[in-house]
Amino acid sequence: MGSKTPLYDKHVETGARIVDFGGWDMPLHYGSQKEEHHAVRNNAGVFDVSHMTIVDLKGERVREFLQYLVANNVARLQDAGKALYTAMLNEAGGVIDDLIIYFMTETWFRLVVNAATREKDLAWIRQQAEPFAVAVSERAELAMIAVQGPAARELAAPCIDADHREAALALKPFFGMEAGDMFVARTGYTGEDGWEIVMPAAQAPAIWDRLLAAGVTPCGLGARDTLRLEAAMNLYGSDMDETVSPLEAGLGWTVAWEPADRDFIGREPLEAKRADPNRMRFVGLLLEDKGVLRNHQRVVVEDIGEGEITSGGFSPTLDRSIALARVPAGDYDRAQVDVRGRLLNVRIVKTPFVRNGEVRIEL
Amino acid sequence: MSELPGDLLYTKEHEWLRREDDGSVSIGITDHAQSALGDLVYVELPEVGQDVEEGGDMAVVESVKAASDVYSPVTGTVTEVNETLADTPETINSDPYGDGWIVKVQPSGDIDEGALLTPDDYQALIDEEEA
Repeated sequence: MGSKTPLYDKHVETGARIVDFGGWDMPLHYGSQKEEHHAVRNNAGVFDVSHMTIVDLKGERVREFLQYLVANNVARLQDAGKALYTAMLNEAGGVIDDLIIYFMTETWFRLVVNAATREKDLAWIRQQAEPFAVAVSERAELAMIAVQGPAARELAAPCIDADHREAALALKPFFGMEAGDMFVARTGYTGEDGWEIVMPAAQAPAIWDRLLAAGVTPCGLGARDTLRLEAAMNLYGSDMDETVSPLEAGLGWTVAWEPADRDFIGREPLEAKRADPNRMRFVGLLLEDKGVLRNHQRVVVEDIGEGEITSGGFSPTLDRSIALARVPAGDYDRAQVDVRGRLLNVRIVKTPFVRNGEVRIEL
Repeated sequence: MSELPGDLLYTKEHEWLRREDDGSVSIGITDHAQSALGDLVYVELPEVGQDVEEGGDMAVVESVKAASDVYSPVTGTVTEVNETLADTPETINSDPYGDGWIVKVQPSGDIDEGALLTPDDYQALIDEEEA
């Protein structure tokens, strides 16, 4: 038996197929993963993401600490509520985790890190925080849901305290705010508009019921994975881990090189990787033959070398198979993938595959 | 859980088998199997004329979630494949024992019924898995 979120009973009641995910009993789907996927692209879906770890950092030197802890630069966070996506690196420049940082106040930043990496993340953050006298507290008493899709904010707005509703609806993308005892942010992991809402655990079941009654589709981890894959958003443990540089995992855009004198953990090996002309590319693949691409399948680039699919699957929006892959350096736009002994043709495409309900690649 | 068709035989790997009047057998995957796999999106079929062996892999069904081998419950030759699955693999989800059949095989000898499960035995197997 794994850990259960405050919404576990709701999932069972809603007919979920429950699976283990990083030690948590989570809903995989509530009947049809494809229908849940389409609901998010076309209307609105709600995900229980309470298994994710919320960590509050407090102290006078918290900003300075974060400038050392992560590869992106929290100097970019100047407006209250602004969020920043970043990788947290080890000394070798490998990815310990990817996370979102919210700028709450000058002495309080909130992190949301992955569930499966919870313990090592907390240990690492606490260890690094000590010299900065930053207090690290996990907020396990909070639940979190993600309401995603073009109609998500409108359908979820009645769940927000009336005094804060208008302000919540006015949030710009990648901003969050406190709304009574909730925290609402216009962020997500689907490539659609929507909110992530943090709330006291006891409130979560009633909010869940209310969203479902409003016509929001309950969605499981299955749809979450196909949605994030179409949006080309990385999954920790699949697309990157401690042995992989963010530059070879499509996360180069999250590394802040300037100012050049900012010392962050992993910077030196990362600079070396940056200068390496043979570093691997991280690309999107579209399968041109019939079949389904899967994680760990071998990518073959004729005359150049081999790579690997890090996330592969079926795209319900495209009705085709797509993947993210780490492939050799070089200028090419076609490759083959070894699918159970057969070499199938793939085209390298610019990601995302889908964003805001629109197909963004040529089929 | 719906009632299992009583006129079929089953395998521990969740295939079903129906004896046809012409001596061939139709093969598919069970309702329990399609439900566990979730939405099917691709079926890799064998060639007509291909020889298959009892317990050997013969087709692959892929759902949004995962790929799964389909094993032949008999030794013989493939006489027909369900081509409609190429465009509508979800037929296996909606009608696993009917339109969602996967292949027909002409057995090369007697069918080893001792290795197959009766509806009651198969029901017991899935009850155990779900317990």
